[in-house]
Amino acid sequence: MSAGAWALFIAVFLACAVEAVEATTIVLAAGTARDWRSALTGTGVALVALAVIVAVLGPAVQAIPLHALRLVVGALLLVFGLQWLRKAILRASGHKALHDEDRIYAEQLELARSRQAGSSPGRGGVSGLVRDWYSFTLSFKGVLLEGLEVVFIVLTFGTNQHDVGLAAIAAGCAVVLIAAIGVAIRAPLARVPENTLKFVVGIMLTAFGVLWGAEGAGAKWPGSDAALLVLIPAIALFAVGLVALSRRSGAPPRQPAAPPVPTGTGAH
Amino acid sequence: MGPRLRAFGAFWYDFVIGDDWVIAVGIVVGLVGTYLLNKAGVAAWWLLPLFVAILLPTSLWRATRGSKS
Repeated sequence: MSAGAWALFIAVFLACAVEAVEATTIVLAAGTARDWRSALTGTGVALVALAVIVAVLGPAVQAIPLHALRLVVGALLLVFGLQWLRKAILRASGHKALHDEDRIYAEQLELARSRQAGSSPGRGGVSGLVRDWYSFTLSFKGVLLEGLEVVFIVLTFGTNQHDVGLAAIAAGCAVVLIAAIGVAIRAPLARVPENTLKFVVGIMLTAFGVLWGAEGAGAKWPGSDAALLVLIPAIALFAVGLVALSRRSGAPPRQPAAPPVPTGTGAH
Repeated sequence: MGPRLRAFGAFWYDFVIGDDWVIAVGIVVGLVGTYLLNKAGVAAWWLLPLFVAILLPTSLWRATRGSKS
């Protein structure tokens, strides 16, 4: 594989892994607190809905002129990438609490249990596959929303780099890996170093956003796509430098939950 | 209808613009600048990286300034 193909694979894999962590957290909470069969049915129906959306959207996205697509997607990736980097740097330097999957899982679990009084599994729902509509809906919404982001990542990255197949394989690997970990531990994915992932994804999104945005606006990069090999390390170095600077400027003392852990190492 | 429309607008604002509008506005300015430089026949690939180098620290400074006070 060429360097550009590796960059595409890594960017899509990491970005989709983050989305998969969020979806898995929701399904785990719904299944643990309420009813596994309904939660998994909701997940399955959401995956079918996603397949239909891909079948409709896929050809539509590929029909858009590449120049216009690069400009719009480049601009969006730059906004998303810089926002992710901003948050990751603030978390790594202690200015913002780490994104805590344990806490999110506990909140979802509590919410699901609090609804149990009104419609417990086997009584409130209809018979058949869906015994508990709350678990079904929670899983369906979580998987559909996060899945749509995965579809967006695959279609835009894949189309821009003329390799939707590779982008789809990278996304599939990420989703299967995270889902397998979720099934294996049946617990919140607290050990996944989410801030580190978001830091790296922020760097990748920003690099691709700069490359495609500038190309969409008419600029020609020295070395064409190989410019990514300079952009990615340059942005990474710049971001690491900003973490160091932000730490030196001092984190507010009111956030004991966010010690200055180097870009989040799953230490929450 | 009003609150729903507001919620719809708020969702898209949050999705596209995010926590700091300065980043989104800066990127639009950078892209327009790149287009205009290119139209004028000047190599313009360096402009967006320059904007990133200015926008990210500026946004961080705005965020930490708020948390310190």
